[in-house]
Amino acid sequence: MHLFRIALRSLANRRFTALLTIFAIALSIALLLAVERVRTETRASFASTISATDLIVGARSGSVNLLLYSVFRIGNATNNIRWSSFEHFAQHPQVKWAVPMSLGDSHHGYRVLGTSADYFKHYQYGRKQQLKMRDGRFFSDQAPFEVVLGAEVADALNYSIGQEIVLAHGMATISLVNHDDKPFTTVGILERTGTPVDRTLHIALAGMEAIHIDWQHGAPAYGKRNISAGQALHMDLQPKQITAMLLGLNSKIATFAVQREINQWRGEPLLAILPGVALQELWSLMGTAEKALFVVSLFVVLTGLIGMLTAILTSLNERRREMAILRSVGARPWHIASLLILEAFSLAFAGILLGLALLYLGIAVAQGPLQSHYGLYLPFSAPSLYEWMLLAAVLLAGVLMGAVPAWRAYRQSLADGLNIRL
Amino acid sequence: MTSPTPIIELRALRFAWPKQATLLDIDAFRLEPEQSIFLKGPSGSGKTTLLGLLGGVHLPQSGTVRLLGQDLSALSASARDRFRVDHSGFIFQQFNLLPFLSVLDNVLLPCQFSKRRTERAIQRHDSIQAAAQALLSGLGLAPELQQQRADTLSIGQQQRVAAARALIGQPKLVIADEPTSALDADSREVFLKLLFAECKAAGASLLFVSHDQSLAHLFDRSIDLSQLNRATRAQEA
Repeated sequence: MHLFRIALRSLANRRFTALLTIFAIALSIALLLAVERVRTETRASFASTISATDLIVGARSGSVNLLLYSVFRIGNATNNIRWSSFEHFAQHPQVKWAVPMSLGDSHHGYRVLGTSADYFKHYQYGRKQQLKMRDGRFFSDQAPFEVVLGAEVADALNYSIGQEIVLAHGMATISLVNHDDKPFTTVGILERTGTPVDRTLHIALAGMEAIHIDWQHGAPAYGKRNISAGQALHMDLQPKQITAMLLGLNSKIATFAVQREINQWRGEPLLAILPGVALQELWSLMGTAEKALFVVSLFVVLTGLIGMLTAILTSLNERRREMAILRSVGARPWHIASLLILEAFSLAFAGILLGLALLYLGIAVAQGPLQSHYGLYLPFSAPSLYEWMLLAAVLLAGVLMGAVPAWRAYRQSLADGLNIRL
Repeated sequence: MTSPTPIIELRALRFAWPKQATLLDIDAFRLEPEQSIFLKGPSGSGKTTLLGLLGGVHLPQSGTVRLLGQDLSALSASARDRFRVDHSGFIFQQFNLLPFLSVLDNVLLPCQFSKRRTERAIQRHDSIQAAAQALLSGLGLAPELQQQRADTLSIGQQQRVAAARALIGQPKLVIADEPTSALDADSREVFLKLLFAECKAAGASLLFVSHDQSLAHLFDRSIDLSQLNRATRAQEA
């Protein structure tokens, strides 16, 4: 280990360059791991967004589009579907359960989903996990002005049970027409799922109908035509149309048959998709970007290592004296070579350690904002096997890079011998 | 007739760098045990190359280089490296030390590469640290300097540290390549006297290469490399 100590001391003597080199490697490592984590987590949370649902049905458009607005609450439906269509397929012999979904309103940028209480019974995510209450209870189909909040909505807006909420018409955080004549009361808060459910407010379809009951031509009514919340309760709150529906079937085998039947139904142009297939289709779109990001971060690591190589190679000439002194006290040429390999190893190793520290610091700082803004949960977990392998590969690459100056120093020390060149 | 094995013995030595004229052509040269030789060599006379041959870094094209009776050509490259550190200490012109190590660590360097010198240092002083300290104080370096970084010392002090490094573990041969050229006249004499004393105490022979003729009288023998080397004589003729 004497040689190692000499290598470290020699590095410490060039600490400014050494620290810069380490920092460059550390940044690249932190970037690589961060990209890797975001990648893994995105993929995992993505694939587990919805499960146990056999078909998603909406107005005829594209499957990715339907998936985006019905599951991810991104974008809008091109068209609605009739309530009668929902009833038609809800009573289909192959259909075990059907859940209606009605979208279009928002609260502070969070989407409002009008649905039935069955949603809480049948919606599953991850490994067939059901929605659970963190607080309170599910809404009742008979009580139109009750709302159940996703975990993130409740946390971000600091809402608790009993909170009165006014919904806004449309999707934006500002300048929207509010449904302030018909406030909702929070009756429940869901547990965190890591899915778009966290960012959703759930109300009964009747509530969705009630807040729009006096609207005409997409604008609220004024004066006498205005219907109060109390009056609305006594009116027929049966919706005329919804945005989409989730279907669970009696038998998986029937999935394709039912899908074909829906797609070819003459009652209304509908589209039925298999969530798993659509999720994969969507991921293959984003997967390219994700792979590109990974490749870019690999190149950044390579850049960091080349920086190290440059720093060591530049130092070689001015260290010829050091080499000759070591030779005179008995160091063999391979000692000199291993000195440089050790140096590269130390730089890469320190870079990796600092990189890990930066990564965890980054996670500590960004965990909250990432979760609340992007719904992406970055766990504070120890590096996975794959990550360790990545790090080991970087370390190996660093040592291999060190072989270049090591070889040069080996040749140099053979040629120079005990000759001290200044 | 049983004369003791010479420390250095050169015989019919010829050396030339690749594609160059013969640089060294030495018929015979001996350095006896505990002897000090002043080797006068102007620059370009091949003295650096000669030191490389004595250190076993280069091998002659013909003839033999024997150190303590061992023919260096008969050893492998790594065995020569080991032999060098086991039996000889080098002092260079200047910048002898690794600037980033402490004075003490610099002195201990040969022990890291030579088991034999470590053992001998321990035999005599119980530990290599004690051996280094004894040498350093023998060479007039205050104990408080020993933990300092080598590059905080003056040139004269650094040369003494280099001498201590050359002598630790009692090698039989100390090779000094103009170690005093960076010193002023007064410190030159002081340094040499200390070096002689320590070499004597360690039982080491001293090969001192310099172009400064004024020091020659301090040595047992004085030899002019340009007289010894037939290659340069041929050139001059």
